[in-house]
Amino acid sequence: MNKNLKIKSLTIDKPLKLDCGQTINNFPLAYETYGSLNEKKDNAILVFHALTGDQFVSGINPITKKEGWWSYAVGSSKAIDTDKYFVICANVISGCLGSFGPSDTNTETNKVYGTTFPIITINDMVNAQYNLLDFFKIDKLFAVMGGSMGGMQVLQFVSNFPNKAKIAIPIACTSSHSAQNIAFNELGRQSIMADVNWLNGDYANQNKNPDKGLSVARMAAHITYLSKNGLQEKFGRKLQERDDLKFSFDADFQIESYLRYQGSVFVDRFDANSYLYITRAMDYFDLTKEYNGNLSKAFEKTKTKFLVISFTSDWLYPTSENKEIVIALNAIGADVAFVEIESDKGHDSFLLDVPEFLNTLKDYIDNSYSKN
Amino acid sequence: MKQEFKIISDFIEKNTRVLDVGCGDGTLMQFLQDNKDINIRGIEISKENSQKCVSKGLTVIEGDAEKDLSQFPNSSFDFVILSQTLQAFLNPEIVIQELLRVGKKAIVTVPNFGFWKVRLHLLMKGTMPITKNLPDEWYNTPNLHMCTIKDFYKFCYERNIKLDKALALHNEKTSPINEANLNIKNLSAELGIFLIEK
Repeated sequence: MNKNLKIKSLTIDKPLKLDCGQTINNFPLAYETYGSLNEKKDNAILVFHALTGDQFVSGINPITKKEGWWSYAVGSSKAIDTDKYFVICANVISGCLGSFGPSDTNTETNKVYGTTFPIITINDMVNAQYNLLDFFKIDKLFAVMGGSMGGMQVLQFVSNFPNKAKIAIPIACTSSHSAQNIAFNELGRQSIMADVNWLNGDYANQNKNPDKGLSVARMAAHITYLSKNGLQEKFGRKLQERDDLKFSFDADFQIESYLRYQGSVFVDRFDANSYLYITRAMDYFDLTKEYNGNLSKAFEKTKTKFLVISFTSDWLYPTSENKEIVIALNAIGADVAFVEIESDKGHDSFLLDVPEFLNTLKDYIDNSYSKN
Repeated sequence: MKQEFKIISDFIEKNTRVLDVGCGDGTLMQFLQDNKDINIRGIEISKENSQKCVSKGLTVIEGDAEKDLSQFPNSSFDFVILSQTLQAFLNPEIVIQELLRVGKKAIVTVPNFGFWKVRLHLLMKGTMPITKNLPDEWYNTPNLHMCTIKDFYKFCYERNIKLDKALALHNEKTSPINEANLNIKNLSAELGIFLIEK
């Protein structure tokens, strides 16, 4: 990763006790902001990113030179209107875009951490990011939101800090990672570990990189973000720049070529060990278990207003799992709204141009803000 | 029907928790929120309507009242509203039970199939009645279990459901329904509005 880029970062000097038992000190948390904080400091929105996201929510990402991961939703006059709101997003700890992670060098050994980095949980990620409130001197956020792993962080945030956000919007997520979710993550991890260049996680110290393994992990994961119908409609059995089958293992089909491309661009921007750590954090996420099987207890003290959103074709974090969050909140009389958006774009719907989703999001946010 | 909303609003006391079951596009919820100091929630089966409600900033969950009311604890609302929706459920009896479990009181409004124009339509034309309150054809109506004011009155009586208030609505005018005038109201009213409790 190019370390010369201008990445905003703050050093967290408050020791953070991790769920694994270790404590980390003086560690970097990289972040980006959009829009400006008003005088009352009541317009701040903390956005949490998903597994392979980063702090560059909108505009041009300085690493990939592509649009930020939530450019459809965040920006001037968009659903999360940066003319009105102050949007903050931080790279999660164990990530690889400036926040403390396995690609950092351990100052004691002068070696890159690799798999000697402590195991991080969603709870740790959220507790690290809570420091942003102190940094910006924000007493209460207007909103916390995010999709997928970002949504899990939203749930954890409200559970940890019941009075620190006026509204919370968890999107296409779950309160407890399912066996299927864990299985897909394990597939990705095993693919990385099977790469001879992974070297038990020590690749950075030996100037190698498990590109192949990471790329396959990404390809497999990418399929889970799309729907069967979406794939069929976009690719079908279309051939890639050829008139007939080649009777070989080349990428004959467009879908093969597409996945290979997705895998190859991913390795340029993502660290394999970060991929292991972050998927692990997702697998360990089980807010229900944390409260002895009663998810409602996680939100018992909260006055936060929730909007839960799911998508019809999302089979990775299906509507039924999102609804469990709604049910738990209703059981304690919390303020919760819920909509399932019709879309054939699968789990990725929350990142894409899905007008019904973006319009509902915008109107809900604006209406909730004006009711201040 | 604005008059119906006003009556519902009058039934509801201040500082209460209210659930609107089958809240549509949120018109009644908005009306109550603007006019009453209450905490109101909604549940709506249609995607389009749920999105409209959420867009207005209303606390509405997309769901099927016949299944999803079960997630609310006993007596978690002071009032549960069911406005002109009872006839559209597969099992209205269970829905009423659920309303009275979730809410301390329920406000149920019923389009009256006993209204004279409805009766006349069927008698004279011999086809399924179409009126202002029942605008759909027999083949595309969402209404599965039409009833009359008298039917609902009897239904409550037989199940020991307390009728706190019973009003008949016709031409924007309301009048009380009681045992003595039941047959007349059942003929002259377009809508019955009931405040019930267990």
